[in-house]
Amino acid sequence: MHIVYPVVVSALLFSIGVYGVLARRNAILVLMSVELMLNAVNLNLVAFDVWLRDRLHSGQVLTLFVIVIAAAEVGLGLAIVLAVFRTRRTIDVDRLRALSENAAGTDDESGDGDGGGDREGDRNGGGSRGTVASGGGEAAT
Amino acid sequence: MTSQAQPGLWPPSGPEIVFLLLGVVALGSALLVVTTRRLVHAALWLVVCFGALAGCYLVLTAEFVAWVQVLIYVGAIVVLLLFGIMLTRAPIGRSADLDSGNRWAAAVVGVATAGVLVSVVVSGFHTAYTPLEPGQGAAGTLGSSVFRTWVLPFEVLSVLLLSALIGAIALSRTDIGGRE
Repeated sequence: MHIVYPVVVSALLFSIGVYGVLARRNAILVLMSVELMLNAVNLNLVAFDVWLRDRLHSGQVLTLFVIVIAAAEVGLGLAIVLAVFRTRRTIDVDRLRALSENAAGTDDESGDGDGGGDREGDRNGGGSRGTVASGGGEAAT
Repeated sequence: MTSQAQPGLWPPSGPEIVFLLLGVVALGSALLVVTTRRLVHAALWLVVCFGALAGCYLVLTAEFVAWVQVLIYVGAIVVLLLFGIMLTRAPIGRSADLDSGNRWAAAVVGVATAGVLVSVVVSGFHTAYTPLEPGQGAAGTLGSSVFRTWVLPFEVLSVLLLSALIGAIALSRTDIGGRE
């Protein structure tokens, strides 16, 4: 097996992942593109492990570790995405401009309205869930 | 690892043809993941891409990694992503605004990354060749390697996975608020 085949496939897969991270708007699609990039790295690790005939099998063991880290990453990432969706009602990454310098400025009045509504929604959502949750909380206390 | 009787780059041998076909399937489905207009189809094309990559690992004699790939990526991560799509109430059908406005800049960056990486790895590894020997990545060899040499990173990784799961639970429960 020529090593140039797997490393070229891996390089192309990585650049497809780069395009996906930069071009997609939905946060879940961004997470999928990150998974593509991680898989490109995995393919590289396996190919070089086979090429170098490592006695400790560091390439394949590191591939297993990267798979585990990807599982942890996608779990946490989806939890964050769901928390964002719960408070903002959207997961479009270019509409989440709360940390932008001109977020409260002139350009997006609707975004500002969204921001105001976000807090209301947060409070309402927290309240409406809080009624359910506070029952549990009071029962717990 | 250059052997004396190293075959040329062309024509490819039988395993290399299989690997290249699987690589074409993986690259095509990855391209569909990042360009399709339907959110659920993106997750399903991701299954095809990961399956083809598992086939690539099998051709590269890394059989244990291939089955772990099928179990964890196809079985767990894609299902998790589908749950995420479902819970964020994404539209099932065709949606027009999945790509952001800087799509052409992203395409330029992606093509530039591909050009740089492919030219570097081709110029660096065009003579690298190794004959494939089955059994290099069997579960027994890999398991003894994990539990002899790599046992400390393995344990650290299990603690990391546990903390990530606890963090995901704490993030997604709504009745655990911050400090008032």
